[in-house]
Amino acid sequence: MPAKADILARLQRDILLLQGIKSPSLQAVDETGLGRINEAFPHGVFPRSALHEFFCTSQESATASMAFISGIVSALTKSKGVVMWISSSRRIFPPALNAFGIQPGQVIFLELQKEKEVAWAVEEALKCRSLSAVIGEMQELSFTASRRYQLAIEQSGVGCFVIRRNPKNRTTASVTRWQVETIRSGQPDDLPGVGYPRWQVSLLKVRNGKPGSWNVEWVKGAFRTVSKLAILHREAQKKTG
Amino acid sequence: MARRFVSIWLPCLVTDWHIRKQPQLHNMPFVLKAPVRNRIVVTAVSPAALSLGIRTGTTLADAKALVPSLQALEHKLGLAEQLLQRMAEWCIRFTPVAAPDPLGGLLLDASGCAHLWGGEDAYLADICKRLTARGYSVRAAMADTIGAAWAVARYGNTAPVVDSGHHRKILLSLPVSSLRLEEEMIVRLHKLGLRQIKDVMALPQTSLRRRFGAQLIQRINQALGDEEECIQPVYPPEPFQERLPCLEPIRTLTGIEIALHHLLAALCDRLRKEGKGLRSAFFRVYRVDGGTQGIEIGTNRSSHNEEHLFHLFSLKLSTIEPKEGIELFLLEATKVEDATPLQESLWEEGSGLQDPRLAELVDRLAGKLGQEAICRYLPAEHWWPERSFKKAASLDELPAAGWKLDRPRPLQLLSPPERIDVTAPIPDYPPMLFRYKGSVHKIVKADGPERIEQEWWIQDGKHRDYYCVEDEEGRRYWLFRSGHYNEEETPSWFLHGFFA
Repeated sequence: MPAKADILARLQRDILLLQGIKSPSLQAVDETGLGRINEAFPHGVFPRSALHEFFCTSQESATASMAFISGIVSALTKSKGVVMWISSSRRIFPPALNAFGIQPGQVIFLELQKEKEVAWAVEEALKCRSLSAVIGEMQELSFTASRRYQLAIEQSGVGCFVIRRNPKNRTTASVTRWQVETIRSGQPDDLPGVGYPRWQVSLLKVRNGKPGSWNVEWVKGAFRTVSKLAILHREAQKKTG
Repeated sequence: MARRFVSIWLPCLVTDWHIRKQPQLHNMPFVLKAPVRNRIVVTAVSPAALSLGIRTGTTLADAKALVPSLQALEHKLGLAEQLLQRMAEWCIRFTPVAAPDPLGGLLLDASGCAHLWGGEDAYLADICKRLTARGYSVRAAMADTIGAAWAVARYGNTAPVVDSGHHRKILLSLPVSSLRLEEEMIVRLHKLGLRQIKDVMALPQTSLRRRFGAQLIQRINQALGDEEECIQPVYPPEPFQERLPCLEPIRTLTGIEIALHHLLAALCDRLRKEGKGLRSAFFRVYRVDGGTQGIEIGTNRSSHNEEHLFHLFSLKLSTIEPKEGIELFLLEATKVEDATPLQESLWEEGSGLQDPRLAELVDRLAGKLGQEAICRYLPAEHWWPERSFKKAASLDELPAAGWKLDRPRPLQLLSPPERIDVTAPIPDYPPMLFRYKGSVHKIVKADGPERIEQEWWIQDGKHRDYYCVEDEEGRRYWLFRSGHYNEEETPSWFLHGFFA
């Protein structure tokens, strides 16, 4: 008869598996290049086949979320694979996706009229194994819909990223919930001009992981975490001269 | 039973077709031209031009000298053959065995057909009437052999219907060119003074064979009916269509689904065997009360996948109202293309846009949301950002040019750009602050200007000076000034995008 601890450990593994989190032995380590952020995830690996939610408060933070998602998707798919981008009001500028590692020709945009159509199309797209990621822009996502998405994802293994502007409903079955805000960019030696895109990435919720907040820069096609101390230090230096 | 053949001669086939397509050419002298050894030669002559003395084979310059108002149209290669093929298919209404004649015209095997028209005269008259009504000049003849019918249609000056067994007598007085011989041989016969068929037949066969070869003897025997000659009949293409009549009227959705499954299975089986796939299909139901209803589907890539096609139909099946019941189902593939065989990939990942499952997903989405909702973007050769990308026509289309990657571009673009109020030092400095949607943004960092001129081939709008700016809170924007500063007016500023 197996020991109680063994049974518990096995059950825990099974639960993680059911939640769409595979054991790390099957995957390469740190595919996303997120560096220290990976410590927040179960097994220390970004859950690629899962529902990720991004909350944003403004157009600017939505843009930052899109850039962050594009960076993750391009790292996960090695810039190949087809992405479906579903929204009810397309503002994305296709040529700019190149800067975040995504070939604009490999993205199929769905430009729809209603939120309801977006919700249906996302679920339909998640059932297709030949996509590498589905990105949806919608305001509201009900708990039932998010459960359905997660079930479809577990069947197909397609990653899903949902960008939500000013959401009302915060109870969903998503595996992670993020908030990405733009922060002031830095230039070496205080040179004039705008530097690399820099964001404050907050992981508000992660199932079986540890939430946190980091400052991330996108430098030449890769993420780079910037320690907050370094920023504070530089600002202090600036004040004292 | 005696065999009966009809030969139809269309002396002005191609020019008649042109007159049919462009009625204003009627009664106007025109010719068709084609280059032959660096000369433009007349290849076909309209009846009006023929009466003015223009013949085929003359050069266009000579013909124009004769008739200055002559119109010359381009000769389309293979047009006559295509027309004859189509007309032969059309002629299947008169007899099951119809064929285009390799020497021009049509051949029909009319054995046992004429009595349905009430006699051979009425039969032939009907053929001529119908073709004449379509604007073609026609001569047709009927005889026991192909050779005799051919000869009478072109050279006979007696009744077009040669009674059974009488063709030998009529043939004797016809010229030798009616024997379907090569031009060269006719010239040689003429040189020897052999102008009519009876002159040739008066000579012993052995000496004819020695002097002219076996072909002359064969043609004479074929015309007289001593040697068998056969027709290569045309077979009309069978439409990709399946029917399912029902004993009892169908009134339920389940019943309709079963019927559709049956039809799709039969149709896809045939498509698979012939290596084809359908691009669009039509499903029609015939109700007991005489009404019909139909639903149509289209696919992005030719498909013979039953399950997928059924799924596409099932999105629209609920629009069918069976009312008293449906007695006949009809499924037709309206557009069929060669199926593209796909190489099976060993690994699931990275299969790209060629994946059939992706095409099926796009079909499903297009079926519900409309084709115009699905877009893919490719680079366009323009400098202005809003014109620098265009919609791709299909999933397979490849970019004609590369993306321009040298300058920073915002991830979100406002279209059209939104007007903002700015405070900016002149002449070429970025603004110090700007107001957008009621909130003031104080700019701390800026790059620019990047000037994008108006595109001279479009000549629309002023040039723009773009600045990337970052405000106090770290939000990054793309602003531009439209035009120069000058004394009459201050230029307007716009917000065009958001950087990540």
